[in-house]
Amino acid sequence: MRNARWIGPLLFFVFVVSGCATTANKVFQMDESQVKLRSMQTRAFDTTDKKLMMQTVISTMQDLDFVIDKADLVLGSVTGTKFLGYAVVTMTTTVRPRGDKQLMVRVNAQYGIKSVEDPATYQDFFTALEKALFLTAQQVD
Amino acid sequence: MKTYCRVSAILLCLFLLFVVSGCAQIPKGFLKPSETAMEKRQLQMKQYDTQDEIKIISSVAGVLQDLGFTLDESESGLGLVSASKRADATSTGQQVGAFLLDMLAALGGNGSASATKNCDKEQLVKASVISKLSIDKTKIVVRVTFQRIVWNMENKIKLVETIDDPVIYQKFYDALSKAIFLEAQQI
Repeated sequence: MRNARWIGPLLFFVFVVSGCATTANKVFQMDESQVKLRSMQTRAFDTTDKKLMMQTVISTMQDLDFVIDKADLVLGSVTGTKFLGYAVVTMTTTVRPRGDKQLMVRVNAQYGIKSVEDPATYQDFFTALEKALFLTAQQVD
Repeated sequence: MKTYCRVSAILLCLFLLFVVSGCAQIPKGFLKPSETAMEKRQLQMKQYDTQDEIKIISSVAGVLQDLGFTLDESESGLGLVSASKRADATSTGQQVGAFLLDMLAALGGNGSASATKNCDKEQLVKASVISKLSIDKTKIVVRVTFQRIVWNMENKIKLVETIDDPVIYQKFYDALSKAIFLEAQQI
């Protein structure tokens, strides 16, 4: 009889925790603000040669052990996958014009089921890309 | 005193749980080039004395077909072809070893040993080839990378890896050189 006292609150707790939770909105959750995210994932380069930029992005990704899955010259997108132990890292890079004299490169990476939201990790990629391009990456506000 | 011990044990368990689950974080620096990146580049690249990008990229598609791959994606504007192939991954040596291991475990009284179930069964190999003009625009540089996923007998993923075996890259380029020749002869 003593145990019965607990059943009510316990059931209530179970319902509160599990009840109306939908997991679909987890997909759209962002830990960082949209502006902050863009600024860590984006850099501008002083060149207009989109094809060369995309080829350099591809070879930089290959240097980082990525296997290129997809690429589109018109959209400027490159998608690749990398295996890190048992984890799968997927990364998409997009290259698009910024004004008449610059190209904007945006990278977003996912580690397993988590989005990468660490500025240093993206900086590592841009440093490698800079070296391959012999150009300086500029912060975009 | 007894209650105190129990409470502190529970607290310790909770602490351990948080420490262990907290570790499942994204590692830092995985987008930094490794020290062996240059060596790998040498292994994965080969140059051809031609400026005909279309000839090379169609030979690449041809050689992938020769090797039994199906093409998943291509972008001729960037010289990209990506392809994949499902293949058998069973190895007699591994199975015999696992069988013996299971026998030993059974003799030792552990009837539910599963070394046989964890043997390799199938693999998916992904190949991605990029061909582009060299910097001095006199040659075409081809670079190929391979990855594979291995499933065990229970159809669970057992292994994911980038293939770094020089022999495999050598085989690919031997076949590609042959394909470029065959393509030139229109065979």
